[in-house]
Amino acid sequence: MKFKQMKILKHIGLAIFIIGLSIFTGSLFTGNFSLSQSQLDEYITSKGYKSEIIATELKKAVVTEESLNIFQFSSRVRDAFQNSNNHYDALIAKYDTEKNWDKKGEQYQYKIYGKPHTLSYDLAKKAGSGFVKENAGLLWWLTFGLGIIGALLFILPNLILLGAPGIKNNGVFLEASTNRGWIAWLVLVYLVLFYLLLYFMPDYVVNWTFILDPISEFLNGGAASQWFVYGFLYCVIMIVMAVRMYIKYRHNKYQVIRTTSVLFFQIVFAFLIPEIMTSLNMPGYDFKNAFPLDYDFFFEWNLDSLRNSGAIGLFILVWGIVLTLVIVPLMVYFFGKRWYCSWVCGCGGLAETLGDPYRQLSDKRLNAWKLERWVIHSVLVFSLVMTLVTLYCYFSGAEAFLGIKSQWIKDTYSFLIGAWFAGVIGTGFYPIFGNRVWCRFGCPLAAYLGLVQRFKSRFRITTNGGQCISCGNCSTYCEQGIDVRAYAQKGENIVRASCVGCGICSAVCPRGVLKLENGPEKGRINPTDILLGNDVDLMDLVNKK
Amino acid sequence: MEHIVIIGNGVSGVTTARHIRKLSDKKITIISAETDYFFSRTALMYVYMGHMKFEHTQPYESWFWKKNKIDLKKGFVNIIDAKSKTLLFNSGETMGYDKLVIATGSKPNKFGWPGQDLNGVMGMYHKQDLESLEKYAPNNKVCKRAVIVGGGLIGIELAEMLHSRHIPVTFLVRESSFWNGVLPEGESAMINREILENGIDLRLGVNLKEIKADEKGQAKSIVIAETGEEIACDVVGLTAGVSPNIDFIKESNMRNDANFSIQTGRGVKVNRFLETSVPDVYAIGDCAEQHEGIGSRRPIEAVWYTGRMMGETLAQTICGNRIEYKPRHWFNSAKFIDIEYQTYGWVWAQPKENEARFYWEHESGKKCIHLNYDKDTRAFIGINTFGIRMRHEFFDKVLTEKQTVEYVLEHLADANFDPEFYKLHEKEIVAQFNKENNTNIQLKKKSWKRIFA
Repeated sequence: MKFKQMKILKHIGLAIFIIGLSIFTGSLFTGNFSLSQSQLDEYITSKGYKSEIIATELKKAVVTEESLNIFQFSSRVRDAFQNSNNHYDALIAKYDTEKNWDKKGEQYQYKIYGKPHTLSYDLAKKAGSGFVKENAGLLWWLTFGLGIIGALLFILPNLILLGAPGIKNNGVFLEASTNRGWIAWLVLVYLVLFYLLLYFMPDYVVNWTFILDPISEFLNGGAASQWFVYGFLYCVIMIVMAVRMYIKYRHNKYQVIRTTSVLFFQIVFAFLIPEIMTSLNMPGYDFKNAFPLDYDFFFEWNLDSLRNSGAIGLFILVWGIVLTLVIVPLMVYFFGKRWYCSWVCGCGGLAETLGDPYRQLSDKRLNAWKLERWVIHSVLVFSLVMTLVTLYCYFSGAEAFLGIKSQWIKDTYSFLIGAWFAGVIGTGFYPIFGNRVWCRFGCPLAAYLGLVQRFKSRFRITTNGGQCISCGNCSTYCEQGIDVRAYAQKGENIVRASCVGCGICSAVCPRGVLKLENGPEKGRINPTDILLGNDVDLMDLVNKK
Repeated sequence: MEHIVIIGNGVSGVTTARHIRKLSDKKITIISAETDYFFSRTALMYVYMGHMKFEHTQPYESWFWKKNKIDLKKGFVNIIDAKSKTLLFNSGETMGYDKLVIATGSKPNKFGWPGQDLNGVMGMYHKQDLESLEKYAPNNKVCKRAVIVGGGLIGIELAEMLHSRHIPVTFLVRESSFWNGVLPEGESAMINREILENGIDLRLGVNLKEIKADEKGQAKSIVIAETGEEIACDVVGLTAGVSPNIDFIKESNMRNDANFSIQTGRGVKVNRFLETSVPDVYAIGDCAEQHEGIGSRRPIEAVWYTGRMMGETLAQTICGNRIEYKPRHWFNSAKFIDIEYQTYGWVWAQPKENEARFYWEHESGKKCIHLNYDKDTRAFIGINTFGIRMRHEFFDKVLTEKQTVEYVLEHLADANFDPEFYKLHEKEIVAQFNKENNTNIQLKKKSWKRIFA
C-alpha cells in the first residue's frame, strides 16, 4: 500500500518537474525586446563605438514599437552589426583598390569586433521587458521552484521504493532512461541544445538571466549573466541529485561523505566565494580550480586582472601556481587523484550527482582505453603548448611563438576543448556515453593527475585475495570505463591513471572484493597468475618466475 | 601440435585454457553447447535484475579468443570415444583430441517430482534458464506468483531476482531454517529474517509434493507435501542443489570397452592430479569428484573458486609439470539479498567436539561474525562474517601460521576490508569476547605494515 502511494508521489513529482522544465524552457520565447533612443545612445556611448552606421542600423533594428521576441531581436541586432561592418569592409576594399592607404587604415577603427550573439546578448540584457523580467521571483518559483520540488518528490520516495539500504541497481538496464532508450536520447538532445545556447547563443537565453537577476544582485551586486545562470543551475542540480545519491548509497558512508564534499566545494568554492569576491571588487576566483583544467589561468586578461588587483591578485597568482605544481601532485601521492576528481572538482561533482544514473554507459572495451590515452594526453599537451605560447607572447610582446599565434591557439582551445569537449560533449552526452566522458577523455588536469597516480602514489584499489567471481558489476558501473574485473579476477590490485576513486566498484561488488586504500608503494602493483587460495607452491612457482 | 580439447566453457575450462596458453603453444579447443563465449554464471542473476546486460557477464572481449589462439566450438558432445580419442557431437560431427578436459559443470537437481518438466518450471543455472525465466516471469502481470523449491544459494538468488521485479515469491525450504546444513543457527536465523523482511513468503520445513499443470501444460500450482496446501503460481524454480552434468559420459561408457570407461560416481572420479581413470582424460570443476575429499572438503566442490583453482593446476600438469591439486585454506562468499557473506577456514553448522565458538551479532541484526577455534590449543579454525568484509590474505596467513583466536581478535582491525569511513565494530566484538571468556584481549590499532607485510 505504502509502495503504491510512493509510486503515485513519484509520478506527481515527475509531472511537476516536467511542468517546471517546460516553463523554464518556454520562458525563452517570452518578453519584448526594444530600446528607446536614449537607451541606445547611452549604450553606444558606453561602448565607445565610432561607427556612425551602427547607430542608425541599431536604431532601425531595435528602437521600435513592434514587439520583438528575443530571436527576432537577436537577428536584427546581428544584422545591424553585420551591416555596419560590411559597410566599412566595403570601404576598406574600395580604398584598397584605390591604393588610398591612409583612408583604408582609418576604416578599421569603425569595425566592431566580438561574437555577434554576445553583442546581441549585451543589448538584449538592456532591451528586455515583459512578464518574466517583471516577475522574476514568481518565475523563479515556477521554474527552479517547481523543478526542485518535482525532482525531490520524484527522488524522495526512493527511500521506500528502493527497499532496505543496499545496492539497488534493479532495472538500470531495463529502463529507457538509463539504457540508451528514447528518454536518454531526449535528455541528450535537451542537454546539447542547452550547452549550444549557453556557449554560442547566450542572447537566446537572456530571459533566464532575468529570472536570476535578483539573486545575482543580492550576491554580487550586479545583474545575472548567462554564466551566473549556469553556475546557479549547476549548484541546484547538484544539490537535488546529491539527495538522490544520499538515498541510493545511504548504507555506504564513503559515498555519503564524498558526495557532501563535492557539494561543499561546488557551492562554496566554485559559486559563493567567486560571487562574493566580485561584489568586493576582486577578481572572482575559484580557489580549487587548478590549471590546466582552469585553462585560461595564464591568459593575458587573467594575468592582467590579477596584477591589477593588488595583494589578493598576487595571492591568487601564487596560489594557482602552487596548487598545480605542489598541492595537486602531493595530494595525489597520498590519496590518489580521487581527492580532486571525485571529492573536490566541479566537473566531477556534476558527474557524480547528475551523472550517477548514467555511470554504467561508459565504454569498457580495450580500444576505448587506447583511444582514451591518446586523446587525453593530447589535450594535456595541447593545453601546455597553448600556455607556453601565451606566456611567451605575454612577456615578450610577440604575437606568435614557434609559429603559433597566441590568439589563434587560445581561441581554438577555448572553442574545441573548453566549450565543445568539456561542455557540449562532456555533459550533453551523459545519457548515452556515460558521465565521465570529459574526465576520461578530455580533462588535461585529469591526465596530469593520472600520470602521478599511476607512477607515484600510495593509492590503489586492493583486490581481496581470490574472492572475485568475475560477475562484472565493478566493470559495468565504473564510470571511467576501467575493466576492473580484469584485475580483480586475477587477484591483482587496480592501479590505473584514470581511476577517480569514486568507490562505486567497491560498493557494487557482491563479494567484498574491492577496497580503495592508501598504503605503502611497495607491492601496490601485484600482477598474479595464480590466485590466493590455491596451492602455495604453485603460487610461488607461477607468480614469482 | 598437441590438441587439447576442453568440454565446457565455464570458469574451470576457460582457466585451464588460459593457463595452457601461457605455458605452451598447444592447440586448444573449448566446446560449449550453452553459449558462444565464457560468461560468469554467478552473474546471471544480475542480468534478470537489470543490473547488467548479458554481455557484461563476459569477462573477455570476443577478440580475446582469437588473439590467444583458443578455438571456440559451439556444439554438444554426445559421446567420448576414449579409445580412438574422438568426440562425437550430436550434430554428427567428430573431433579428435590428444588430451581431453571434462569441465561440464553441474545441472540442477530434480527429484522426480510430478510435473517437474512442465513449462514454467526451471532451474537457475544455465543461460537458457535465464531466457526461460524472462519468458515466463517478465513481470508481475504475467507471473502473479512464483514458487521456489529448495533453500540454498541459488534458491535465495532466484528469490531476490523475482523480488526485484515485484513478483510475489513463495520459498519452500526443506530444512527447519535457511541453509542450516552449512550455516550455524545465528547466521541462518539472520538470513531467515532477511528473506522475510523482503516480503518473501518463506516456508520452512516443507517439501514439494507435486506441480500441477493447466490445460496448456504449464505449471499452475504446487502442492506442499506436509500440509497438502496448494499454492497457485505461474513459475516454479527448482533450486534443490546441483549435481555433476555427466550424463553423456555414462552414455559413452556403455559404448566404450571397459579399458576406456571413464570411472564415475556422482561425478567424474579423479585423483589428486585431476586425472580420470582413462589416460589423457581429465576432469575439473563442478563435475569432478575426488575419490576422497581433500582435507575437510567435500569430494565434489561446486564452487566458482575451486573450479578456477583446478583449472590453474591442471594446466601445469597438461603442460608437463605434473602437480597435485592442493587447494589451500577453504574460503567462500555469497550475498543473501543485502547481506554479504564471507567465510575463511571452517565454521560448521554444528561445532565439532574439539571446537569452541564465539558469536557476535550487531544490534541491527544484519551483521555478525562467528569464530571457530580449538578449545584446547586456542588455534583459530575459521570465521563466518556477515555484513562486514574481511581480508582474505589476513585469514589465509592466520590459518597457515596456526595463530590463536586471541591473535585474530587482537588484529581484527587489520582484517577489516570494509570501505573507508565505515563504522567499525571491533571494539564491541573484542569486549564481548573478553566478557564471555574472562580474557583481556587488547585490540591493536590497524597497521599498514602488518597488512602489507
